[in-house]
This record gives sequence, structure tokens and C-alpha cells, in this order.
Amino acid sequence: MSAFRFSSTPIETGALSAALADPACGGFAAFEGWVRDNNEGEHVRHLEYEAFEALAVREGERIVAEAIARFGVVHAACVHRVGDLRVGELAVWVGVSAPHRDEAFRACRYIIDEVKHRVPIWKKEHYVSGDSGWVNCERCAAPAAHAGAPAQSHPDPGAEAAGAHVHHHRR
Amino acid sequence: MSAPDKAPPLFGLVLAGGRSTRMGRDKAALPYGDDTPQLERAVALLGKHVERVFVSVRADQAGDPLRARFAQIKDTHENIGPIAGLLAAQAQHPQAAWLVLACDLPLLDDASLTHLVSGRGAARAATAYRSSHDGLPEPLCAIYEPRSREALSDWVATGKECPRKFLSSADTALLDEPNPRALDNINTPREYGAAIDQVTAHGSSQSGARASTQSKHITVQYYALLREQAGRREEALITTAPTPRELYAELAGRYPFSLGADVLRVAINSEFGDWTAPLKDGDAVVFIPPVAGG
Repeated sequence: MSAFRFSSTPIETGALSAALADPACGGFAAFEGWVRDNNEGEHVRHLEYEAFEALAVREGERIVAEAIARFGVVHAACVHRVGDLRVGELAVWVGVSAPHRDEAFRACRYIIDEVKHRVPIWKKEHYVSGDSGWVNCERCAAPAAHAGAPAQSHPDPGAEAAGAHVHHHRR
Repeated sequence: MSAPDKAPPLFGLVLAGGRSTRMGRDKAALPYGDDTPQLERAVALLGKHVERVFVSVRADQAGDPLRARFAQIKDTHENIGPIAGLLAAQAQHPQAAWLVLACDLPLLDDASLTHLVSGRGAARAATAYRSSHDGLPEPLCAIYEPRSREALSDWVATGKECPRKFLSSADTALLDEPNPRALDNINTPREYGAAIDQVTAHGSSQSGARASTQSKHITVQYYALLREQAGRREEALITTAPTPRELYAELAGRYPFSLGADVLRVAINSEFGDWTAPLKDGDAVVFIPPVAGG
């Protein structure tokens, strides 16, 4: 199974965690990003994720490989949802198994941070007000506003649109 | 003989029998951007699309050193203009279809010839581009099937000589021009100067290594906000944009894109690419809006 993949159906985390089990690993860390009901003062009704999958899978696999090489973890994987998601649904899952907890935590953090910045995935928020918008895109829309920004800088949202829940288990 | 359903072989004919009166110099010998005479460029370009290439000359031009380098077909009719070259070619090889090319089309690109040949209606009398200027057939970058020969002879026998009117009256398959500048012909010194500027504006148009203003087939896929603003997920287009930067500018002129290139990244053939990388024929391009995974 690819270390990075997309799912158009709800992510089953049990099987994903189990696939990372290894007798040499005493630490497992996972990150789950959930759909939150608000962002920047707007009430979010549901979300839509879209990806340029051919490139996204390549870039996602590179990120996971970087994390393994950099932190010396044993296994790592990431699954991201595409399509329509309701509030509370799991949008992204990252799992890392390692001999000890420290490298597992750090690799897990590295993967989710890099995925958010580098992988061509887009999120459209549909608000209770009836409005909608592509996160990180609408605010760039004023042509002059970002004229001085360096090329290829992808501004991070002020707040994450998916809430963070970290799960870690000792083995 | 070939099977009845098989298209006749396609030969190429570059018309170099003109008198270049308005130019005041032999148009076939004019260089564009480098030292190569236009006749040589046209023969090389055409050679990629046909089985054999001939140069159409007047009888008194046959010994001209430039024209003598190529296989020639000498005109057998006088003073009836470019149609004479085609008549002589059809008489010499009646089984062949002829892709006829004027030798004063310096902006003609490979993609336009590819499009013409792939859109060829071998069961029709001819295949031609519909002029982007007046909607009429363009006769001097067109394919004439063997079955057009009799009609063409009859046409000339009644004293007519305009090949454009011939195509309008014949069973001609008409294609839209993928590159509206490709068939701009050059008749005067002023037009020659403008064409040189065009050809050399972004480096040599004939060498493939550098960013080129030759037209090329590009597929563009749109995602997220750009998909909504373009109103489509994907399109195949023919463009002269030398790099993704000019391509985005071209598309931004067509669609109400709200994102400037400074906040986008570009991917070529499903890998991150450079805004100034030369685009090649067949490339698939994606402009990547600011991402928001997680």
C-alpha cells in the first residue's frame, strides 16, 4: 500500500494503525484532522476536498519518505479524504511507528505540517450563511494585495479548518 | 493499387514559382531569424508530414541554385498563378494527394500542419483551413486529393485561376485554424520585417531546445477555484506561449481568474515545474492554487 493515498470514503483508522505495527516499535503516534464547525468566525456546514491526485500522491510519498529518513522512524503513512465531508468527519490521518515516542511524535508532526503546505489539495468551506469559499484562495484574490509576496508562497490559514486530535499509544 | 478504403499517399509541394513582385526580392530566399532561406525551412517543415517533398518552380527557375537543391516539379501552365504548380504536380503523380504550401508562410508551425493532416478528409476533394480573417478556405496550406484533379482542370479550362474560389466551390473539408497567425503570408518588405520580429521575439522558432513561440498542443487541467472560474476541468489547446508564464497570462485573458501568478505554482506532466521552463508539444500543465490540505 502506498504510504500516501486518498480516500473518497470514510477512513478506517483501525486497519491503518494495525498495518504500521512492528515488533521493533515501542511507540506509535497518530494525528487526526477533523472537520470543525467554524473557521475565522464563519459557521461551517460542510467541506469539500479536491486534489490533483497524480502529483499529490507523489509529493505525499516524498514527505513520508523524508520523515522516515529524517527521524529514523520505522513505518509511516498518511491518508487524506477527498469529496464532501460533514462536520466531525475525519479529513486526514497520519500514523507513525518507531522504537521510541519522541521520533514518532516528531515525524508525525513533520508529515502533517508538510502535507498542509506542499500537497496539492484544496478545501472549499460551505458556511451556514449559504456562502462558500476556497480556503487560502479567496484572500489572495485581490490582485494588489499579494503583489509583493514571494512566488509560490502559499499562505497558511490563520486557523486550521480541521481540529487537531493527537492519539498516542504505548506499546 | 491500394485498397479502396486506404487514403492516397500524401506528397508535399512547396510553391516557389512566384515572382515576388511586391517584395522586390525572391521570397523563397528570405531568411527569418537565422541564415536559413525560407524555402529550405518550408521543405524541412513539410517533410515531417508527407512521404515526399517537391518544390514547384517555373521552367526558367529550374537552374536557380537555391531551387536546384530540391526535387522539382516544373510548371506546365504559365500566368495562372499558384494553381499551375498544383496542376503540374497532379499530372506528374496523379495517384498522390498533395499538401500544398506557399513558401511565404514564415509563421507556419508544426502543430498547424499536424492538425491539418490529422483532420484530412481523404474522401473529400480537399482539406483546408478556414481563414480566421474572412472565413474562406486557405488554399496555400491545404491538401488536395487525387479526386480534385479533374475538377481543377475543368476550373482552369474555363479561364478561372483563383485557388481559393476553387476550394469554395469544391467538396472541401474546412478546419478551424489552431494558430490564427500561422498562415499570415509575407508579401512586402514591411510584412517581412514584422515577421522577423515575431519569429525572433522569443528565440529561434525552429530550434526546439529553447522556449519557443511555435504553437504546440497543450493540455491544461484546472482544479478548485481555477476550475470554477474556467468553468471546466480540462481542455486541450494550441498555444504559442513559450513558457507557463505566458500560458497563464493567455488563459487569464480568457477566464475571470482572480489569482495572480505570484500565488500559484505550476506543474508540468504531473511534476512541479518552473514558470520559465520551455513548454513542449504534448505537455500537460496544471496551475496550482494555494493549497489547503489537512
